[in-house]
Amino acid sequence: MKLLVAVKRVVDHNIKVHIKPDGSDVELANVRMSINPFDENAVEAAVRLKESGVAHEVVAVAVGTAAAQDVLRHALAMGADRAILLESGDTLQPLGTAKLLKALIEREQPDLVLLGKQSIDDDTCQTGQMLAALLGYGQGTFISALEMENGEAIVTREVEGGSERIAVALPAVLTADLRLNEPRYVKLPNLMMAKKKPIQTIQAAEFGIDVSPRLALVNVADPPARKPCTMVGSVGELVEKLRSEARVLP
Amino acid sequence: MSVLILAEYDNQKLKPSVAQLVSAAQCWKQAVHVLLVGNDLAEPARDAAAITGVAGVMCVEAPHLQHPLAEDVANIIAGMGREYSVILAAHSAFGRNVLPRAAALLDVEMVGNVVEIQAPATYVRPIYVGNVFATVRSNDPIQVVTLRASRFDTAGTGNHAEIVNLAPPPASARTRWLSEIRNQSDRPELGSASVVVSGGRSLGSAENFESVLSPLADKLHGALGATRSSVDAGFAPNDIQIGQTGTVVAPELYIAVGISGAVQHIAGMQDSKIVVAINHDPDATIFQMADYGLVADLFEAVPALTAALP
Repeated sequence: MKLLVAVKRVVDHNIKVHIKPDGSDVELANVRMSINPFDENAVEAAVRLKESGVAHEVVAVAVGTAAAQDVLRHALAMGADRAILLESGDTLQPLGTAKLLKALIEREQPDLVLLGKQSIDDDTCQTGQMLAALLGYGQGTFISALEMENGEAIVTREVEGGSERIAVALPAVLTADLRLNEPRYVKLPNLMMAKKKPIQTIQAAEFGIDVSPRLALVNVADPPARKPCTMVGSVGELVEKLRSEARVLP
Repeated sequence: MSVLILAEYDNQKLKPSVAQLVSAAQCWKQAVHVLLVGNDLAEPARDAAAITGVAGVMCVEAPHLQHPLAEDVANIIAGMGREYSVILAAHSAFGRNVLPRAAALLDVEMVGNVVEIQAPATYVRPIYVGNVFATVRSNDPIQVVTLRASRFDTAGTGNHAEIVNLAPPPASARTRWLSEIRNQSDRPELGSASVVVSGGRSLGSAENFESVLSPLADKLHGALGATRSSVDAGFAPNDIQIGQTGTVVAPELYIAVGISGAVQHIAGMQDSKIVVAINHDPDATIFQMADYGLVADLFEAVPALTAALP
C-alpha cells in the first residue's frame, strides 16, 4: 500500500503572531516556521503503517514556496521515504491547494491520503474534505484512531457528545486530530539521514490549473478586548456580584 | 435566489444553532430554506418550520441517511446548491465535515467559522487560534459559509413554513457508518449549555474532578468542561474538552476552575458572556480573560460556592 501525506509550513505553534502596522496582514518576516502540528500526526500515522508492514511507501507532499522544503525534511526525518514540493506562490487557499493535490494524486496513485485536520495559521479545516470531494473518494475527518482492514480504513471520529466509527473504502482521504497519536521526536541522526533522501520539485504551473484566490483579505485586527477583570476577595462577594451586577444567578 | 441552511438535530430535537443561523441569514434579505437530511424527520422538520424567518423546510429522508455521512449530505447540497446564492451551516463537527466537501463540488471556496457578517459577502473570522480576527470578502457566485452559531441572535418561533420532501440521491458506496459512543450524561450538551463549569490540571485527579466540580455544575444546571491538559492527564473524558481542538462554547456563565489559560483553551471559551476564574495563582493568564476573578484554593472555594447557591 502506498501512502501520501500532505504537510504545510506554518508559524510555529509557540509563536504569538503580530499584526503589520497597516493591518493588511500578519507579520511573517523573521518568524519561526514549523510543520503544522496536525500534519505531524498525519505523518506519524503514515510512518507507523509502514513500520507495521501495512504500507510499503510514504510520500510527503508540500504545496507552496521553496521554503516549504524544511517541513518536507522534517517529514523525511520522521520516516517518509521521499518528498515532493509542489512549488507555487504563497496565495493558495484551500480549494486551490486541493486542486493541485488532486492533480498530483492522479499521477502518484496512492491508496490512502493523509492530512492534518486543519492548519493552525488560517484555521480553515477544509483542504482534506475538498480534496476528497474532487477525487470522488470517501473521507474520514478529525480521526483519533485508525486501523486498516480488508481494503477499508476503520476510523474513529471525534464528534459533539462522543465519537463515531466509520469504514472508508480505499482509496480514501483521512484527516488527523491531535489525539490520533504522539508524533515521534526527530533525532539529529534522522535529520542528517533525511538530507540524503530525495525531494522532487514540480512546478504547480505545469498542471495548468487555475488556483487564483477566491477570497480577498480585507484586513486583520486584534480580537475585541474584554473589559478588565474585577477581583473579588471572597466566595460571598463573588456570589453577590454574579447576582446583582452580572445577573447570571437568581 | 435564496439562502439554504443545513440544519442539525440530535435525538429528534433540532439544535439551537438552526434558529441562530436563521437570524444570521436575514442579512441577505432573501428567502431562507432549511435543509434536513436523515430518517424520520417529522419532529425536527416541524420545529424548523416554526422558526420565524423560514420560508420553507426541505426534508431528504431515507433509511441509509439515519446517520448522515459527509459524502451523502454533500451530494444532496451540491445537487440543489446552484439554485441558492448562500449556503450556511454551523461550524460544528458536522458542518465542518460536510460543507467544505459540498463547496468543492460546487467549485467555490468556503468561509469557515465566521463570527460576524459585515456585509453580504464580507465576513470576520478568527485565525491563529483566535489571536487575530481576519476580515475576508468572497468573490464566489455561491457563498458557502460555516458560522459560529452562538455569535448570532436566536430567531423566534410561531411560524408555519411549508415542509416539502425531496427524493434522496443514491447512497455513497465509499463510506459505511459503523457505530457511535455517546457520553451518558443528564447534563445539558456542552456546545449549547447556558452554564459551563470547567476544570484544569489543578484538580489533580479524576476523582477530584468529579467530586469538586460536579456538584457545582449540577446546582447551576450546567455542563462540565475540561482543558486539554486535564483530559490528557486522564482527569476528564475527551468529549468534554474545551478549546481549539475540542468544543467551542459560548455560555452565559463560564466558571474556570484551576485553569491557567493556555491559548488553545482560550480559543474555545472566549465568546462566553460572563467568565469567572478561580485560581490560586494571581498571575494566571485566565484572569485576563475573566470578568470576575477569585484568587483562592479551589478545593475550599468551589465547595463554598456550591453551598452558597440556592
